[in-house]
Amino acid sequence: MKLTESRHINSILIDILVYIILGLGSFFMLLPLLWMVSSSLKDMGSIFIFPPKWIPNPIQWYNYIAIWQEAPFLGYIENTAIITGICILGDVLSASIVAFGFARLKAPGSNMLFILVLSTMMIPYYVTIIPRYIMFKSWGWIDTFLPLTVPAFFGYPFFIFLLRQFFMTIPRELDDAARIDGCGSFGIYWKVIMPLSRTALLTVGIFSFMENWNDFMAPLIFLNSPEKYTIALGLNFFRGFHAAHWHYLMAASTVALLPCLALFFFAQRYFIQGIVTTGLKG
Amino acid sequence: MSRRTRREALEFYISVSPWIIGFIIFTAYPIGFSLFLSFHEWNLLESWQYVGLSNYITMFTEDGLFRQSLKVTAIYTGASVPLGICVALILAALLNRPSIRGLSVFRTIFYLPSVTSGVAVAILWMWIFNPDFGIINYFLKLLGINGPPWLASEEWVLPALIIMSLWGIGGSMIIFLAGLQGVPQELYESAELDGATGWHKFRYITIPLITPVILFNLITGVIGSFQTFTQAYIMTNGGPNNASLFYILNLYNQSFRNMRMGYGCALAWVLFLVILICSLVLLWTSNKWVYYEGGILK
Repeated sequence: MKLTESRHINSILIDILVYIILGLGSFFMLLPLLWMVSSSLKDMGSIFIFPPKWIPNPIQWYNYIAIWQEAPFLGYIENTAIITGICILGDVLSASIVAFGFARLKAPGSNMLFILVLSTMMIPYYVTIIPRYIMFKSWGWIDTFLPLTVPAFFGYPFFIFLLRQFFMTIPRELDDAARIDGCGSFGIYWKVIMPLSRTALLTVGIFSFMENWNDFMAPLIFLNSPEKYTIALGLNFFRGFHAAHWHYLMAASTVALLPCLALFFFAQRYFIQGIVTTGLKG
Repeated sequence: MSRRTRREALEFYISVSPWIIGFIIFTAYPIGFSLFLSFHEWNLLESWQYVGLSNYITMFTEDGLFRQSLKVTAIYTGASVPLGICVALILAALLNRPSIRGLSVFRTIFYLPSVTSGVAVAILWMWIFNPDFGIINYFLKLLGINGPPWLASEEWVLPALIIMSLWGIGGSMIIFLAGLQGVPQELYESAELDGATGWHKFRYITIPLITPVILFNLITGVIGSFQTFTQAYIMTNGGPNNASLFYILNLYNQSFRNMRMGYGCALAWVLFLVILICSLVLLWTSNKWVYYEGGILK
C-alpha cells in the first residue's frame, strides 16, 4: 500500500515536471509570433524601448495601412497567389497521375523506375539551379512566371511518393467493379481513385502551397522586374528601404505569414497526416 | 492475356510520362550539363572555355571562401541536426506519456512555427536577435546576463542561427510522435512486470524501436541543413567577416553575383557529392544501430 502510494506521488511529480518542460517549450514556440504581432502594432517611438512592452501603447493599427502605401504588397500577393495557384494545380494533377501508374499499373521496369523516383528526392535542388537558369534563359523564360510554375506539371517525387502510398490503401475491388462497368485505366484514375483520395490530394495541395508561397531562392534567381516580385522578394526589397522601421517590417511579415498560419488552423490534420505518411513509410 | 499486359504496360508508361519527361528536362539534363560546365569557365556572355579540372583544383587549394563556407555549413549541420533531433524526440516522448493531457494543443503549438518560413521568418528573427531591443537579450537581462550582439558577432552568429533552427523542429517531433505511438504497448507491459523503470523502458524499448525514425530525420535533416540559404542571405549576407557564409550562399555569390557559372557548377557538384557521401555513410552505419522489426537485434 505504502509503495504504490509513493509511486503515485512520484508520477504526479514527474507529470508536473513534464508540464513545466512542455510549457517552456510552448513559450519558446509561441513567443516569436506574439512578439512579431506586438511589434507590428507599435509606433516608431515605442518600438525602441528597453525593456520592451508586450502590449503596445498606443496600438498603431496604422502600420497595416502604411505598408500597402510604402510598397506594392497587393501586387506581390497577387503574383505569389498566381504562381502558387498554378503550382498547386500542376503538382496535384501530375503527381496523382504518376502515382496512379505506380500504384495500380504493372509494367516491366516499373519497380526500378519507382526507386529512381525515390532517389531523386535526395538530389538537392540547388545542384540543378545554374543549368536550369541557363536553360530558361535560352528559352526566354527569365523574368516570367514560367520557370516557377512549369516544372510543377512534371510530378514532384515527394508528392508522387505520398500519393502512391495513399492509393495503395484503396481496395482493388473498386477498380474491378469500375472495369466491369466499362471504365478504362484512366477512367478508374479519374472516377474512382481521385474522388476517394480527397484527403491525400488536399495534403499535397497544402504542402505545395507552403513550398511555393514561401520560396525565396527560385524567384530571386528567375525574376528581375519589381512588378513581378513575389511576396518573399517584395519583403526583401521592402527591407532595403525600411531597415530600421521594425514596426513596418513586422506588420509586413505578419501579412506574409498570415495565409500559412490561417491554412494551418483550418487544415491541421492534413498537415499532420502528410508528415506522418512521409516519415513513417519512408 | 499478353495483349492485356502489353496494354497495361503502355498505360503505365503514359501515366508516368510526366515524371519521366520532367526528370530528363529538369533533373538529368541539368545535372549532366552542370558536370560539363564544371570543367569550363563561363560568364554567360562570351563562349565557354575548357579549363579541365582547374575549377576543382582552385576550390581545394586556393579558395578560402569555399573552405570557410564548407566549415560554416558543417558546423551548423553538426550542431543543429543532432540537437534538433534530441529536442524533438524528448518533446515527443513527453507528449506521449499517457497521463499528459492536452496533447493536441501542445502538438499544434510545437508545429505552428514550422508552417512559417522564408524571408518573413528571417526578418522576424533579426528583430528577435537585435542586440539592444530584441527579446532574447531582454530575457537574458532578466537573468542578469548581458546578451551578446548575436548576428553582428563572429562568435555568436552561428549559435544564433542554431537556436533559430530549433524553432522549426515541429515536423520531426510529429514524425517521432507517430513513431512512438506505433510502439506496441505489450512490450512496455511485459517490461513493467520485470520491474523496468520509466528510464529503462525509454532506453531499451522506445529508443531501439524508433531508430528507423531517427535515421529518417537524420538524413532529411542533413540534406536540408546543407541547403540553408534564405536565413544567411537575409539575416547576415554571410557576415560578419564570412562567419555565416553558408555553402549555398557562396555558390549563389560565385555564380549569380560574380557570374562564374562554371565555378558555381563545380561547387554544386562538390555539394552534391558531400550530401551523397553523408547520406550513404548514415545508411551504411545504420545497420549497426538501426533496429528493424523482424530481425531481433542484428
